[in-house]
Amino acid sequence: MTRELLELSVAAATHRIAAGDLSAEEYGTAWRQAAAGDELNAYLWRGEDGAANDGAAAGPLAGIPVAVKDIFCTEGIETTAGSRILEGYRPPYTATAVRRLGEAGARLLGKTNMDEFAMGSSNENSAYGPVRNPWDRERVPGGSSGGSAAVVGGGLAPCAIGTDTGGSIRQPAALCGIVGLKPTYGAISRYGMIAFASSLDQCGPLTRDVTDAALLLAALQGRDPCDSTSVGIEGGVEPPSREDLSGLRFAVPSELAHDAIEPGVRAVFEQTLARIEELGGEIDEISLPHSEHGISAYYVIAPAEASANLARYDGVRYGRRAGGAGDLIEMYETTRAEGFGDEVKRRIMLGTYALSSGYYEAYYGRAQKVRTKIADDFRAAFSNHDFVVTPTSPSVAFRLGEKTDDPLAMYMNDFFTVPMSLAGIPAISIPAGLAEPQGGGPALPVGFQIAAPAFAEQRLLEAAYALEQAIEFGAHRPGSGAPFAPPVGKKRTGAEGRADG
Amino acid sequence: MAELEAVIGLEIHVQLSTRTKMFCGCELSFGDEPNVHTCPVCLAHPGVLPVPNEEAIRYALKIAAALECEVAPRSIFHRKNYFYPDNPKAYQISQYDEPIAGAGRLGGIRIHRAHLEEDAAKTIHLGGSGRIHGSGASLVDFNRAGTPLVEIVTEPDLRGAAEAAAWARLLRETVRQLDVSDVNMEEGSLRVDANVSVRPAGSDRLGTKTELKNMNSFRFLERGIEAELARQRELIAAGGTVTQETLHFHPEDGSLHPLRSKEEAHDYRYLPEPDLVPLVPSEEMLREARESLPELPEARMRRYRDELNLSEDTAALLAADPETAAYFERAAAEAEGVEPRVVANWVTGELAAALRQDGGQGAADSKVEPAALAALVGMVQEKKISHGSGKTVLAKLVAEGGDPEAIVQREGLAQISDSGELEGIVAAAIDANPEAAEQIRAGNGKAIGAIVGAVMKETKGRADGGEVNRLIKEKLAG
Repeated sequence: MTRELLELSVAAATHRIAAGDLSAEEYGTAWRQAAAGDELNAYLWRGEDGAANDGAAAGPLAGIPVAVKDIFCTEGIETTAGSRILEGYRPPYTATAVRRLGEAGARLLGKTNMDEFAMGSSNENSAYGPVRNPWDRERVPGGSSGGSAAVVGGGLAPCAIGTDTGGSIRQPAALCGIVGLKPTYGAISRYGMIAFASSLDQCGPLTRDVTDAALLLAALQGRDPCDSTSVGIEGGVEPPSREDLSGLRFAVPSELAHDAIEPGVRAVFEQTLARIEELGGEIDEISLPHSEHGISAYYVIAPAEASANLARYDGVRYGRRAGGAGDLIEMYETTRAEGFGDEVKRRIMLGTYALSSGYYEAYYGRAQKVRTKIADDFRAAFSNHDFVVTPTSPSVAFRLGEKTDDPLAMYMNDFFTVPMSLAGIPAISIPAGLAEPQGGGPALPVGFQIAAPAFAEQRLLEAAYALEQAIEFGAHRPGSGAPFAPPVGKKRTGAEGRADG
Repeated sequence: MAELEAVIGLEIHVQLSTRTKMFCGCELSFGDEPNVHTCPVCLAHPGVLPVPNEEAIRYALKIAAALECEVAPRSIFHRKNYFYPDNPKAYQISQYDEPIAGAGRLGGIRIHRAHLEEDAAKTIHLGGSGRIHGSGASLVDFNRAGTPLVEIVTEPDLRGAAEAAAWARLLRETVRQLDVSDVNMEEGSLRVDANVSVRPAGSDRLGTKTELKNMNSFRFLERGIEAELARQRELIAAGGTVTQETLHFHPEDGSLHPLRSKEEAHDYRYLPEPDLVPLVPSEEMLREARESLPELPEARMRRYRDELNLSEDTAALLAADPETAAYFERAAAEAEGVEPRVVANWVTGELAAALRQDGGQGAADSKVEPAALAALVGMVQEKKISHGSGKTVLAKLVAEGGDPEAIVQREGLAQISDSGELEGIVAAAIDANPEAAEQIRAGNGKAIGAIVGAVMKETKGRADGGEVNRLIKEKLAG
């Protein structure tokens, strides 16, 4: 019975709850039990049975448990952004995205592990230990929303939200075999979402299928008076229903036909293009001439904004404060030296340098110009195409520790996802098939990325839905393609984790 | 060596008196218990975002209109990064290279720019010097954090300490009349910093400047600039050069001390604020700012001088004080057949003196109705009463109010209009002062005072002084 409940899509569960065929309490309890069996170090906090978590809320997500990346502030519930510097921090307010989910009837299932301040592509930068990939526990789930991707891919949550700055929803979704959507910048409020790079950060859903992504997006999107940069999606979001792709034009950028793509990933990408044609879509090769500079521009802009956003963690008002400091400067230095991890420090230093007097134009100024050109490239592509498609990630999930000593190799994970972030446009990753990792081993999921013009989320969801129906990835679940089996009640192993809340 | 000319520019922070803070909904306050007007936004909790205060933008547009600034159709906010406990985000949201207001002018001094920003929190350092170094502990009150500020920057057009202080007063009066700030220097709602340098007179190059801070009254502003000009002139006369630095004014002894060393000099790493969209004032906002402007001191002064023929000093004195100016205008309107300049002289002269004696309230708050003053001035002009009696009546009006004609009647102050009666009194006074009369005949004009005094004593001031003088001279010349 429990297993059957856990296999329901969010859309199916909402229908059954609304029809009175399923009690929200029973459904919620099943998921809390599943979450309690986390062996992936994916949760940093989990809601307890009963209590306020079981209100009889109405709404389109009534009774649906949602896992929330630990970057979203939740009033009274520890929110760390994966950092030691916020250990024990209990926000006095709740993020708009989480509040909106609650207003739609959803319940907070737990807070998920992540790369510290969303900086990373493997979830190995969490101060609370790495998250394991549900398909192979010796491999990373991707990042920075690794916890959110792992709980959905591993059957520990029906759906989750994360944040995407340069690929942090799409890449882990790809590596965990689920759907990850980064909406248009401004579609969802950033209020209460701990800032990494403010001009790029965007909240989005991680779900098992495209319909569930649409359901969550419909609840999350909207203008928020607390976020001046939010506008919402005009006309809202409807569940997708399209079954073919006839008349739609898909652009494949030639610049992204990169040598670094693993052969298995390339094969799945080619198969998917063939499916698009089978469904009536047209494929063209186009040029996005500036996109290959995306990574360079991104690793100037994002650290620059981060250097300012993370300056508030100074030990004065909340969070960690180093003891025994002699004076103010020493208190600042020790607090931040102890509180931040290496990758965060690296990016703060990069960003501080890029903004320094005399270097601003050479770095930040030029990076912004590249960003404008990348956005122009996409605009040109969309003038005669509906979508731009790429692999989501150049590789399947890699081994823990494989890239930790090579930041540049790690940054290349974002090669296909960063340009869309810089352009502010929506992009979705859907699971497109399985491929053997380089060096052999059981087959792992491969993501297919579709990008659309700003605020064309509905069009994007329709195409992704049609393609999803044709791919039928849903039959594959962690464990060598075996039927979906959430790892409930197994012995806890490996990764360092916090006490469960 | 050529004379060294003073070159002074001012940077003025005006705390806006909006209901709430610049980027959150916390109420503004002064003197409340610490840290009661705070929220996640102004305490810079993780994940918060700023939302601009529309009222503050409207206030800034009013200031821009009053200073005849060019308003930018689109301006943006920047982050100014620095670590200090009074700066909770570790950056201040300010405007940098695209401010809301550009070039303008006030009182002959060019305005460089004006921009919107947020105020810092207040820090209190316990023990030691009152500064953070060597203090036992530091406390932070975030009530002030995020208060909207408009920073106004002038061009270096001021040429002396007194001129700078006088101009700062004009700016204060101008902003006060916009009703957008308390402009109180002691409470810090008006803060004036000065950039001071010297150069050979006639040169058009700028010397190295120093920045003077913490002068929290106009007197201190003047004293601080004077002291710094003297220091720079002495330094250069001795063959030295001025170093660019920030100097802190100490009101106890008027001395200036460097605020921070070069090692701590800031690189603010300005960054366009990604959490805010560009500020684009609507036509309606611009129109409202222009149309809501009251007549400002400078325009009022020109009108008084050019249209009402007031002297420049009297016009400036009245124009700087809107309440007294309004009082003057009501009195002038009531005074039939009396020149406005005569009324103005009474308001700024006799009435101001009488009010000072009585305790110092303003004309508008006094018991002297504008119509009463107008009637009184009219009686003096028509010689119904003497000028001296006029002052007597004014003292009564200040003390108890009322109708000046009734006071004249009651006190028997009506001027002696019968020339025969006055001639008799004058003749008697000459007879009673033969020595003075002799001196006058001998050509000593000053001696007339004794005889005039005697006449005035006899008439209890009801005689017209001019007429008395004429009669005395006529009789003694005869």
